[in-house]
Amino acid sequence: MIRTRGLTRRFKVKRRVVDAVRGLDLDVAKGELVAFLGPNGAGKSTSLGMLTTLLPPTSGEARIAGHDIRSDAAAVRRRIGYVGQGNGAGPYFRVRDELVTQGRCHGFTPAESRRRADDLLATMELEDLADRPAGTLSGGQRRRLDIALGLVHRPELLFLDEPSSGLDPQNRANLWEHVLRLRDQLGTTVFLTTHYLEEADTKAERVVVIDHGRIIADDTAERLKANLAGDQLTVVTDNAARAARIADRIPLAREVVVDGDAVRLRVPDGSAVLPVLLRALDAATVDVRTAEVRRPTLDDVFLALTGRSLRESAA
Amino acid sequence: MRFATETAVVFAREVRPQLRNPIGLVFGMAQPVVFLVLFGSLLSGLAWGGGDTAWQWFVPGTLIMMGLSGTISAGYMLMTEMSGGSLDRMLVTPISRSAMLVGRTGKEALLLLAQSALIIVVVLPFGFELHLVGAVVAMLLLAVIGIGLGAFSCALAVLARKQESLFYVVQQTLLFPLLMLSGVLLPLGTAPSWMRAVSRVNPLTYVVEAERDLFAGHLSGTAVLHGVASAVGFAVVGVLVGARAMRRASD
Repeated sequence: MIRTRGLTRRFKVKRRVVDAVRGLDLDVAKGELVAFLGPNGAGKSTSLGMLTTLLPPTSGEARIAGHDIRSDAAAVRRRIGYVGQGNGAGPYFRVRDELVTQGRCHGFTPAESRRRADDLLATMELEDLADRPAGTLSGGQRRRLDIALGLVHRPELLFLDEPSSGLDPQNRANLWEHVLRLRDQLGTTVFLTTHYLEEADTKAERVVVIDHGRIIADDTAERLKANLAGDQLTVVTDNAARAARIADRIPLAREVVVDGDAVRLRVPDGSAVLPVLLRALDAATVDVRTAEVRRPTLDDVFLALTGRSLRESAA
Repeated sequence: MRFATETAVVFAREVRPQLRNPIGLVFGMAQPVVFLVLFGSLLSGLAWGGGDTAWQWFVPGTLIMMGLSGTISAGYMLMTEMSGGSLDRMLVTPISRSAMLVGRTGKEALLLLAQSALIIVVVLPFGFELHLVGAVVAMLLLAVIGIGLGAFSCALAVLARKQESLFYVVQQTLLFPLLMLSGVLLPLGTAPSWMRAVSRVNPLTYVVEAERDLFAGHLSGTAVLHGVASAVGFAVVGVLVGARAMRRASD
């Protein structure tokens, strides 16, 4: 559905050249749900801009559903839905009017556009707001309208740029409910960008990590966490220095650090290693007060890949 | 054919909020009317040479002035849609960029037509002499120049998209010289020669002169011909420049 080779975008900002996206090679198959994860400024939105024909690439190529984004932009636009970071509906336009206009923009007859608008108003629970100007809607309502606008032509591929940014957890869950249901019904391929770790972790079937304009990892969230981060063990003892020396001898232990009374280390399969560590500490007469296994997050993956925390980078 | 349909779709989108809010529309249109009635009444009291009444001279100028200041809103609306995100949403549909521009400026032209009709009706009791055919042609000419001005305003909005204050600075900087150098407010006949020379390269000058002739009922003559040629030329260049700009609006 998406295939890019060497896709690159360069900006000139005040006579400085900024490589926003550097040689993106990406393949997304039909029906996949892919999250593009990375800190602000990593090149997520620029990549999306190129894939949605909004930004011409500096070099490289990309095909969407077999159509070249440059030479066949109109064909690409017919097949994709795009929900940008901003508001898809103009603030002074009424909710239903914007949906009908969107249908007309995709070439449907007035009657068909109205029918589709009413369908979407119902499925996205916007019926009561149909005659209100879009600018008077709440954040969650506007986001549902944005999604509805992206779905009027029932696209094969839906791009979502930071879809849940600025929404409270309840609205975020509600939004995902809609997106996932539509995907089940229509088999839509979904490609989204996010800097919400939990979102990429729990919703996407595949996570593509991007940093400084390059893809640095691409796998399921589970495998990324297992292969790149591992579990974190924390033991609080009466002798941290000694505990750390013992922890160091655990096979495959990494990043052993002392933090006050606590010792932290990373290992694959932490639940199995923890009893081994506890027995070793006991044998060395180190008194263990607490012990904990923490499953890795995608932030740990990003930290392992770049040495930076995604939370700090995103701030 | 497809271009016409797409333009109509964009035009309908732009016009609908205006029709849905007639009170706002009336208040928006009332502004130039109030200006004209006050300023025109002032001028009527002054000694006025040339045989024409002040109204006959001043109404065409006000219409052009309205065209200049009114079409600013085309660029302004485009700018809010660029920064808000709704323009991007429409740019990712198969609709052509030129249709998006012409549909937008078409709304400005329609508003100008409605406003000028309102103004003519209001000034009739003050002694404005109506030559119907001339007035209709004059209004159409105004609509053409409105499309051109709206298109340039949109182009400016796209150019200034990274720094919105630039839009207002350029718009305001250009507005007064254009008004003064086209003879909209005061006649250029007594102006210094350098001003008259500059006004000769201002396409609006010819449109203003044509408007005055048309409202006086003179349909033939070189002034009308020059005015129509200027307005059409201005509109064509404006739409070409604006359509080019629209293709870069998402950059």
